[in-house]
Amino acid sequence: MIGLILLPLVWASLAFVLGPGRGKWLAIAGLSAQTWFAFDLAQQISAGKAAIGHQVGGWGAPLGIDLAADGLSSAMLLLTQCVALPLAIYASAYYKRDDAAGAYFWPLMGFLIAGLNALFVSADFFNIYVTLELVGLAAVGLVAAGGGAQQIAAALRYLFATLVGSGLYLLGVALLYGAYGTVSIESVSLLVTAEAPRMVWIAFGLMVLGLMLKTALFPFHYWLPPAHGGSPAPVSALLSALVVKASFYLMLRLWIGPFAPLVAAAPWLAWGPAALGTLAIFWGSWQAIRTPRLKMLIAYSTVAQLGYLFLIFPLLNGPGAIQAGVMQAFAHGLAKAAMFVAAGVFIKATGQDTVAGLAGAVNRLPITLFAFGLAGVTLMGLPPSAGFLAKWQLIEAALNQGHWWLVLVVLSGGLLAAVYVFRVLRQAFLLAPVDTPVLPFTPVPRTLEWTAFALALTSVLLGLRGVELMRLIQAVGAVA
Amino acid sequence: MKVQRVFKRFVVGSAALAFSVLLIGVMLEPPAAGVDLRAAVSANLAVSGVAHPVTAVLLNFRGYDTLLEIAVLLLALIVILASGLEALSSRPRAVDPVLQTLAQLAAPSMIVVAVYLLWAGAFRPGGAFQAGAVLAAAGVLLHLTGLLPGWQAPTLKLRLGLTAGLLIFLAIAAAVLSQGALMQYPPRQAGMLILLIEAGFTVSLGLILAGLFLFISRDPGDPT
Amino acid sequence: MTSALLFACVGAILFALGLAGVALIGHLLRRIFAFNVMGSGTFLILVGLAQRHGSADPVPQAMVLTGIVVAVAATALALALTRRLHALTGKLELPADEP
Repeated sequence: MIGLILLPLVWASLAFVLGPGRGKWLAIAGLSAQTWFAFDLAQQISAGKAAIGHQVGGWGAPLGIDLAADGLSSAMLLLTQCVALPLAIYASAYYKRDDAAGAYFWPLMGFLIAGLNALFVSADFFNIYVTLELVGLAAVGLVAAGGGAQQIAAALRYLFATLVGSGLYLLGVALLYGAYGTVSIESVSLLVTAEAPRMVWIAFGLMVLGLMLKTALFPFHYWLPPAHGGSPAPVSALLSALVVKASFYLMLRLWIGPFAPLVAAAPWLAWGPAALGTLAIFWGSWQAIRTPRLKMLIAYSTVAQLGYLFLIFPLLNGPGAIQAGVMQAFAHGLAKAAMFVAAGVFIKATGQDTVAGLAGAVNRLPITLFAFGLAGVTLMGLPPSAGFLAKWQLIEAALNQGHWWLVLVVLSGGLLAAVYVFRVLRQAFLLAPVDTPVLPFTPVPRTLEWTAFALALTSVLLGLRGVELMRLIQAVGAVA
Repeated sequence: MKVQRVFKRFVVGSAALAFSVLLIGVMLEPPAAGVDLRAAVSANLAVSGVAHPVTAVLLNFRGYDTLLEIAVLLLALIVILASGLEALSSRPRAVDPVLQTLAQLAAPSMIVVAVYLLWAGAFRPGGAFQAGAVLAAAGVLLHLTGLLPGWQAPTLKLRLGLTAGLLIFLAIAAAVLSQGALMQYPPRQAGMLILLIEAGFTVSLGLILAGLFLFISRDPGDPT
Repeated sequence: MTSALLFACVGAILFALGLAGVALIGHLLRRIFAFNVMGSGTFLILVGLAQRHGSADPVPQAMVLTGIVVAVAATALALALTRRLHALTGKLELPADEP
């Protein structure tokens, strides 16, 4: 577990010192080791250890900082490593030697992964704030790297959004310390009751608000489409697949952990995120159907798919809701990374970022198109993909608790996703008419295409092996 | 459009006002039962390796936060480098000889002050961050008076200096992992280890903070 | 009302002011300034609330030190990006927001 935090910090610093040429090999080597660590950790927890803790400095909370990995954390760690490694391989082939955007990609990615890993295992509120900033600033850096005016503007918009989000979260931490004298999650969990002082309620509200802003939940999504749709493909993939999941994970963790007594006392609170999630699904899908640009379509699709994650909040009392949420995070993470990777290949080949420009892709880039299609299968929720499994569990949980309208939302979301996915596929299958000039297709390194395929295939096959993931997530909340 | 903007200002303004009133009201309530960490800090101060409680918290009890925080600072510098630097002008900055002499006198004393702050951090308010900030201020002062040119893309030596603090901290934090938890300094060597870490920090922090200014500073009147 | 609690109350007002500033102001430099005011407000609350009974507590002081460094890093980043935007477009405001 410690290796997952220290190793990326080491290779990120060394990548900065040694430059991008050696940086990419350091990154791929480091990520491979980290993927092994993540699987090992997941194995230990599945085998019945329930949760693994570590007291940094040997002091123990509340004086020191505790790290804790339970089923939920190790699942997120697994997702992060499993998406980051293929993306690193993709990026190593994507960025040419003297590309300004690629010069500092490796240290930025390293710090991003280090921050994410540290976030998933931290059991201290203030430490989480520092990891949130690490992730946020790294993400902004990736968006801004080597970019022109539009990218810098998108990065600035994202920066302000992420800073306000962490600022709200930090105020919540300040109020918690003022109320309880500790920022350790475990200690606070023991102290929070349904009769908690109003300060704690406000702290909870602030933290949730800040995290919703960071997850781009409707109506706080305004920063996401320019940032994700305007960056180079590997960056968009990292952001959509991983960064937005981190703040969702935190919100979930707070909801079922330390603030559970507050939620139990006011269960109507859960309908807030669910309502916003519903709006996100419809609005995001609508914008995806309308936009002429390919990467923007995928970015709006992210806004929509994130909505599904928030539908689980009213269902957390019954079984299966957390599994549905994590499975959806996995499915979307893998599929969205695959989609952006495929889009990157398309854009490199056709030289333009429009859906219309894809005409004829079926002949030139069949593997990539197949990957895009597979990813679309997951987003639509067709069996046997992981997306199907996630939606199935979500529907099951909703029916068990009698919220049939959630089922309607999930199903219509799937239909809307089908509309925008087929929009792309239909365009790609069009053979270009004879009289219009065909834009030259520049050949693209094979690595890029196969990475897309690998990610997309995983997202579909995960549905078949979903049982093991479910068992991993069972061990939730053992360490507060 | 104008109406929309006025409306938005009104809504946000009144929300902010209401929020601050609510927050003040809540803060005036009597406190809840909680944990008192001051006792724990005083009790463990003797084995932490330093004599000042804030330094002990910063570098020992909650040293993990400090590790991540220096990563954040280094990260900010890398982002600035990544977002693109304009070329340095070839025309030298206009200099004022009086200011230059003052700067030449001040800079060495600032370095001495920085070293003192680093050492004093063990006993009184001070430590690596303050020392690094003073070093960076010396660098900025020298730059503003024309004695130190602005920085372009960093050389290997500079990059090593920038990352040294983080790497030293990581090395020490991991080295003690074999005998216990991460960052669990053995009580007898804790003071020396902390001083070593802080020294690395001071150099790196000075370079990073100076870099935050010097990498993006371009003389006025330069064509950008 | 001890002086520490007074600081905390001032911090609350600063936070609200800063947040409103970030939301409403278009000029980037002033927005960054508003963000700093917001951060200062949070730090005042963190230390003031914890010490409202008059005795010093080293843990929130250390946390505020960390917070200040993080805020410095974020501010530097924001300023550098603003400068870059100005160099590329000549403007100091973000283009009109997306719908």
